[in-house]
Amino acid sequence: MTYLYAFLFVGLLCLIAQIIIDNTTLSFGHVTSMYVVLGTILGFFDLYDKIIELAGAGASLPITSFGNLLYHAGLDGYLQNGILGIFQNLLTTTSAGITATIIFAFIMTLIFKPKD
Amino acid sequence: MNKEQYQKLVKKHTPKENRLINSITAFVFGGLFGVLAEALMQILRKVFDLTILDATTWMMIIFIFLACLLTALGVFDKLVTFFKSSIIIPITGFAHSVTSAALDYKQDGLIQGIGSNCFKMAGSVILYGVISAFILVIIGVLIYG
Repeated sequence: MTYLYAFLFVGLLCLIAQIIIDNTTLSFGHVTSMYVVLGTILGFFDLYDKIIELAGAGASLPITSFGNLLYHAGLDGYLQNGILGIFQNLLTTTSAGITATIIFAFIMTLIFKPKD
Repeated sequence: MNKEQYQKLVKKHTPKENRLINSITAFVFGGLFGVLAEALMQILRKVFDLTILDATTWMMIIFIFLACLLTALGVFDKLVTFFKSSIIIPITGFAHSVTSAALDYKQDGLIQGIGSNCFKMAGSVILYGVISAFILVIIGVLIYG
């Protein structure tokens, strides 16, 4: 069942994104930013954790999970150390994604030449 | 020929993308990426005896690596024309935007080129993610105490 929910959830997100891009002047940049904000809102209402329960790792793949992780890391930080904790903790769980992106992007940039 | 007629003519000759097919492609391949992510996570979990969280993180790192590599090889843009948004909405789109921006500005040097420009597009994701998460945590704290 997890596979079916993963298919439906990620598919639905991509479908909505494609409809927005085809029918408006918004670019992929707009849509991904909107999706991150959507992820934080879903995290706020505790919906995203329920989706992860259903769809498993499939739900961690879209950029919306980035927003969810940011929100929960911020909340955990607050619970540990008050307002200061939000500042200390907000980017902790998203670190893997950002760090991997920076490391691999930098290595690839040094090795390869831009293709046009 | 006045402006209006010209606009009509342009519209007539602009190749029409089939929106229905685009949407179906995005849905099907997006869904398949979701299934692939779950399957890869399960394989990693079984083979290397990892926790779900660790296996999920490794899965994302693998996807990011592949996206960076395909972007650097110049394949990713071709894949976007075929897979549509299904390849942009997952974390691969984030990795792609960083790598392509860094590659595009490579000629301007390490600092003014790669350093200043690599977060050109991915920056908005981090910026608005952090801002909205911060605001929502504050709101949540004010409401629930």
